[in-house]
Order: sequence, then C-alpha cells, then structure tokens
Amino acid sequence: MGQNAMRPELGVSVDKGALHVISLVSVGAHPTSGRPRRAEQDARAVELGLHLAGDNLHVLHAGDAEEPALRGYLGMGVDELHVLAQPPGADALPGLADYIRESGVQLVLTGSQAETGEGSGMLPYLLAEKLGWPLVVGLAEVESMSNGSVQVLQALPRGQRRRLKVRLPFLATVDNAAPKPRQSAYGPAQRGLLDVEEIEVVIDDVFIGAALTPAKPRPKRLKVIKAKSGADRMKAATAKASGGGGQVLKGVTPEEGAAAILKLLVEEGVVR
Amino acid sequence: MLNTLLPILLFAALGLAVLGALRRVSLWRNGRAAKVDLLGGLLAMPKRYMVDLHHVVARDKYIANTHVATAGGAVASIILAILVHGFGLHNRVLGYALLLMSAVMFVGAIFMYLRRRHPPSRLSKGPWMRLPKSLLAFSGSFFIVTLPVAGVLPANFGGWLLAIILGIGVLWGVCELFLGMTWGGPMKHAFAGALHLAWHRRPERFGGGRSTGLKPLDLTDRTAPLGVEKPKDFTWNQLLGFDACVQCGKCEAACPAFAAGQPLNPKKLIQDMVVGLAGGTDAHFAGSPYPSLDGQGKPVGEHGGNPHQPIVNGLVDADTLWSCTTCRACVEECPMMIEHVDAIVDMRRHLTLEKGATPNKGAEVLENLIATDNPGGFAPGGRMNWAADLNLDIMSHKKTVDVLFWVGDGAFDMRNQRTLRAFVKVLKAAKVDFAVLGLEERDSGDVARRLGDEATFQMLARRNIQTLAQYDFKRIVTCDPHSFHVLKNEYGAFEGRYVVQHHSTYLAELIVNGALNLGQHKGASVTYHDPCYLGRYNGEYQAPRDVLRALGIEVKEMERSGFRSRCCGGGGGAPITDIPGRQRIPDMRMDDIRETGAELVAVGCPQCTAMLEGVVEPRPMIKDIAELVADALLEDTAPAKPAAARREPAEAH
Repeated sequence: MGQNAMRPELGVSVDKGALHVISLVSVGAHPTSGRPRRAEQDARAVELGLHLAGDNLHVLHAGDAEEPALRGYLGMGVDELHVLAQPPGADALPGLADYIRESGVQLVLTGSQAETGEGSGMLPYLLAEKLGWPLVVGLAEVESMSNGSVQVLQALPRGQRRRLKVRLPFLATVDNAAPKPRQSAYGPAQRGLLDVEEIEVVIDDVFIGAALTPAKPRPKRLKVIKAKSGADRMKAATAKASGGGGQVLKGVTPEEGAAAILKLLVEEGVVR
Repeated sequence: MLNTLLPILLFAALGLAVLGALRRVSLWRNGRAAKVDLLGGLLAMPKRYMVDLHHVVARDKYIANTHVATAGGAVASIILAILVHGFGLHNRVLGYALLLMSAVMFVGAIFMYLRRRHPPSRLSKGPWMRLPKSLLAFSGSFFIVTLPVAGVLPANFGGWLLAIILGIGVLWGVCELFLGMTWGGPMKHAFAGALHLAWHRRPERFGGGRSTGLKPLDLTDRTAPLGVEKPKDFTWNQLLGFDACVQCGKCEAACPAFAAGQPLNPKKLIQDMVVGLAGGTDAHFAGSPYPSLDGQGKPVGEHGGNPHQPIVNGLVDADTLWSCTTCRACVEECPMMIEHVDAIVDMRRHLTLEKGATPNKGAEVLENLIATDNPGGFAPGGRMNWAADLNLDIMSHKKTVDVLFWVGDGAFDMRNQRTLRAFVKVLKAAKVDFAVLGLEERDSGDVARRLGDEATFQMLARRNIQTLAQYDFKRIVTCDPHSFHVLKNEYGAFEGRYVVQHHSTYLAELIVNGALNLGQHKGASVTYHDPCYLGRYNGEYQAPRDVLRALGIEVKEMERSGFRSRCCGGGGGAPITDIPGRQRIPDMRMDDIRETGAELVAVGCPQCTAMLEGVVEPRPMIKDIAELVADALLEDTAPAKPAAARREPAEAH
C-alpha cells in the first residue's frame, strides 16, 4: 500500500473537546487467570477517546455496575463512568442504541470483541446497523477533522494502513493497532464516579438458551517453508497473502463442488 | 573594648539564631503530622547521638576522632564562651576550661582542614570548604580572647590591631556557628541533626535495633494523600531528617545506581528535598550531580521548587526516583541515619497510585500481580508445576506442620526451580516435617510495594495473611529474601506475625543440630554475595557463611561484603523500571566477584541469581546455597533406599 510513509506530515489537527466521543467498555478477563479486569481493547478505545476528547470523553458500560474491574477504566483518568444497569444475560444492544441515539454523540469507539460473555464481536456491527451509521473496523489513528468528516487510518493485517475519510457520526472498533492504554492508577479509580441508569431489560433469549462450551483451537494451516535464504523468508513473512494456489471450479454440479470442497477440507485437516 | 563588643556580638548572634530556628521549625511544620514521642525523644537524644550515631561514624576512625574533638570542643566552647564573654563571668577556672575546649576544637578543625585539602569527589565543596576555616577562626579567636581571663596574659595586650583582628575572627566564627546553624549554613546539620535524632521516624533503629519495613499507607482514609506529591506531603519529621544531611556523600559512594551512571545520587536527592522544603533552586548544590548518559552529569540550577509545588518534573526527574534498587546501602552508610529509601518509595507511591506513571514494564507487572498473583502473568494454576514429581505435602491437606516452606514467585522461573528443588531435597534428607501452600500462595507483594503500588501490596498481603491464618505451623522458611523480609517485617502491620527464616538460617540450624549428613564441597573456590534484603534489611550475615564453612568452603570475601555488600541491581523493581545507565549494576558486581579470583559465587536470592547469571560469560558460576548443600549431601547407606540400590548395578560397569 505504501501509505504509512505519508503519515507524519498531516500531524494532529484534532481539537480536543470539539468532538463528542463515547467509548464503550466491557468487563474483560485476564488471558491466563480468567479474572475480571479492564478489557484490553476497550481500554484502547478509552485511550483513543482520551486523545480525541480529553476530559469530555464519555465512557459507557452496559451491565453490572457493582463489578470492581470497571474501576480500571476510571483509573485512566476518567471522572465518571456511565453504566446502563443490566443483569447478566441481558441484551446490551437496544439499551446502548437508545442511549447513543439520544446523546447526540458523533463518534462511538469500542473494542473489536469482548473478553467475556458471548464475545462474538458482533456488537459493533449490529449497533452500527441499528443506528444506521458507518462502521470503521480496526481504527488505528484519527488524523484530522474538518467539515463534519474525519480522516482516519484503518489498520489492516501485516502493519498496513488504509487512509479513510468518514462522515460523522460513525462507529469505530479498535484492536491492537490502536495506541496502548495508559496505566490505570488506584487513586483516580477509587475516586471516580459511577453514574448508574436503570434501563428496560431485554433478555437475550438466544444467549440464555445456548450452552457455552470452551472453544476448540482452530486447526492451523500447515505452512511449508520453502525459502532458502533469509531474504526469502522475510518476503514470505511480510508478503500479502495471495491467491493463486487455489483451484477454480467452473460448470460443475453442486455435488461435485461440495465433494471438491470437502476433499480440500479433509486434506487441510479442518475436517477430521 | 572587646569586653563590651563580645557580649553584644554573642547575644545578637544568638538572638538571630533563635529567629532562624523558629523559621526552620515553621518550614518543617509544613509537613504532615507524625506520631512522635516529643519529650521521650529529646531525652533519648544524647544517648542516640553518643552511641548509635557514633557507632556509624566510627567506621571511619579518622573522621570519628576529628568530629569528637571538633564537635565536643565546639559545644563546650560555645557554652563557656557565653558564660565567660557573654555574661562576663571572668572566672579563672572557666577561663582555663574555655582555653582547653577551644584548643581541642582548634586541633579537631585542623584535621578537618587537612582532610579537605584533597577532598574525595563524594564530599560537597562550596560552603563546606569554608567550614574548617570558620571553625579555626572561632576556636582560635576565642582561645586568644580568653587568655587574659585565665590570667595568662594581661588584659588589653596586643592593642587595637589585635582587638580588631580578634573581633573579626569572633564575628566570622559566631556567624558560621550560630547563624549558619539555623539559617541554612553547613552547621545546620548540628541543629537539625540533633532534633532529627530525637524525633526520628524509626526510633526502633536506636539501641542496636533494626527497622527496615516500609510504613503502610492508610488507604481507608480518603483524605490522606496517596504518597508524596509535594514536599509538604512528607511528614514533618521526614522534612527535619532531610535537613540533617551533612553532605558527606557516603551514600553516594555506596549507591549502586550512582556508580552505574543512572540518574540518582542519594545525597543530591536529599539536598533537593531540602530545596523543596525551603524553596529555591538547586543552583547552590556543590556536590556530584545526578549522572547522565553522556557522563557530564545533569546540569545543576535548572531544577527548583517549594513546599507546595509537585516534586517530580520540577525539583526531581522521575528517572531519578525509579533508578533506586532500594538496597539500603545509603541508609546503612548515612551517619545522620536519614531514611532515603522511605522518601523514594513515598514519592513513587504518588507516581503509581495517583499518576499511573510507573515506567517501562511497571504497569504490566502490576496488572499481572492483580490478575494472576505473580508478576510474570503466568496462569496461577501452574504455580506448583515445578514440584510435579516431588510429592510435596500441601498445607490445605496437612493443616499442621513444623515448617511452612514459602516458595515465592521463583516457582515460575526455570532457573529458580533448580534452587527450590535442591532445597526440597535437603529438607527431605533432614526428614523435616514441612509443607507448601501450593496454589494458595500468592506473590508476597514485595515488588508491588517497592514500585509504589501500596494498594496491590495490601491486597496481596491481606489475602496471604488470610490464607496463613487457616494453618498451624511453627515457622515459615523461604529461599527468597524479599518474601522473607516482607513476611517478617511488613505483614506485622496487617496483623500477620510469624517466625520467618531465610533458608540459609534454617540450613545452618539443621547443620548445627546434626540433621544433615554432609560431605565436603568439591572443587571451585567460592565467594559469597550478601543479598540486600537478607543482610542490610535483616542483619543475617553469619548463617550463610556458617553453612558454607560446614561444607568445607573457605569464603574468599569481596571487598564490598557484609553490610557493605553491593546490590545485584535486582531489587526495588529496578529490572522492571529499567532506567538506563552507562553500565549495568550486575556487571559491576560481577567485577567485584572476579576480583576475589573465586570460580563460584554462592548466592541466597532468586533475584541475585537472575541478575548475576545475566552477566555474559566467561564469568564465575552462580549457585544458590541450597544447591551447594544439596550437592554435598551424602546419600544414606544402600539398604535404606531400595531405589538407590537398584540404580547401583547400572552405574558399575
């Protein structure tokens, strides 16, 4: 793409406070112990929000206000955390959508995927659909803002960046390409306020009805390294995943096609 | 003429000195309240000064004798001079006494002066170079002025010229001694030092005691500041303690961070705190500056502050505070018994708890400690993996046991696991009734506390204490001096009081009791590295050496050993905050080790092991005392163990 080299000259022309931003946060889980904590990507959404809106950042959570891990976000220097009180298993979507619609917000930031609960990563998509807003996936940086539209960098795989111009309001997810969250400090975390709002609870029947089982690790595609030199390996590691290895089936019956796909899946070890 | 001039001079100077003292006291009172026994402290002060402080100063015989003469002479001369020349008690006996005392002071001041001819770099220059001359002027002038009183010379001898010279000499001396004492001259150390001894924040240190545990923050008091942001957030007796500094630079000479070129000089730090409490800039500091990476030292005069201004990034850079390894070498050396480490941790507390500004890996380590109870972020369920094949008893099953073996976070480190397994082998050989907490154990909180995260420390401490309260044990033994220190000295404030021993102490006990069948250490010559948290923090220098001697090892001592041992660089979270310097502390320590010519260094701490093994080879081998003992264990005779009997034929070809 070659666009990342052009980044610096644009500089930061974002006026803190001019933008009305909400960062959506959830309760995370530490990867090795599973204990509640501030979620890594949501913390990045708060960090980016603090960059953009400073003290005016609005941090919103739908769930249990009693969860101590929520204070981890307050510890980043946010004075107040808004909570839409919900029991576990309730659908966060309607409450969030109503709140955002009424708040007059221009930009909603959220992590890509929750660390607890369903963790489907669908919330940003469903929320954007419900609001009728554009969604930017993998927001890495907000470069500038003018006339109701924002120029942003979107993170793509392998460190690539795509420059986008998006009209406000919009919703954006952040992943590990966004700036690292600042340390959460104990003092502000304890002093921060929780503004709890009771909302109509919508039970997510699909979620409640389903049984959760631990995910099985996805089978890994075998990678045969054919490179002979270091330069080749570097190329293999950095090159864009390219097609070409595939096979185009044309004019075959659905049965033949399905058989070919199944054969490939068995070969790759996806189906055993 | 002098007879009218002297009383005026003396009393005017005294009056001004009292004013200065009141001003100084008001500066200290900017600090927060502290629980201090005001009267008891004052009464105990002379003994603290003559015994405890002298004990530290006497490590350097030259300066001890010189100081006794100068200070003793000065105190006596001042009192006598006020009586004789102030109140005009022209008594012959008093005259002779004043002659004698000013002579003693003069001789002391001469030796002071001689030492200052080629002062080592650790000594501050500036006004401190003037001080011996001022003392000479004071004692010399009073000696001559007193000669007529004693009847040695006639009154009015020498005429006007001498009278003027003597008048100037007295004025100079009186200004330095009386005014300098309370208005911020070098003699301030006498005034503030005496009161600092009286109202010290750790009175337990006097009379041969030891007090090294950090003081807890009251987290339930929402109005109390979390650590120290501004000079006024220190307690008043801490501010007083800073004022006691004599700028002798013993701390600077002992500080591993300073030697490594990291931006810390304990003496400068204390002087910066003095600047903070009095207001102003550090432009007048006349000692070694904070080191900088270019070797020039950070320029002096660019930092300043006052009691109501934040310290960090005004008076002191954060790097300076994070360079400290909390090794306590400065505190151990300080002849004024100033508590540098307390001050540094107080300021770190503010940075971590309020600002969220723990540098480098600090934030990650603290988050891990909260979420996984270990700094590495390892799955808590893996805490006992190192002992998967050892069949250790777990406290939750046994409930009652002689020895509770506190494993520590070294359980997650593959190098330290060798030490732990060696120690278990020894415990089993000695048939000790012991058990471990297993998955119930958590990090002791040492690193969190030194990084200023008092909240996480207290959380870990409370949970550990809760766990320990369920069980019945006679003592806790650990291979980690940091856990040892925290369990022994810092859990007490949270009602966790135990008999805690470092494994070297326990091994020495086992050996004395004949519980171990030991052979001799074979091969390599050995030196021993004292861990800070075992030695300076807990005074255990002898047991590790006794254990090594029992193995037939003649320890080749390093120059810096015992209470003067140099830190490995691994304490106080220093490897986590990782402030760059010109060289690494463990490399310097390895040079100390190499100087002895020893091929092996015995250690007693997982941090020291990790830091020293991080030094590039070729270098001496590093082995924990537990490993050395385990290696020297003589297996029981063949019939005792069928397993050993079965192995024999395989070995005998």
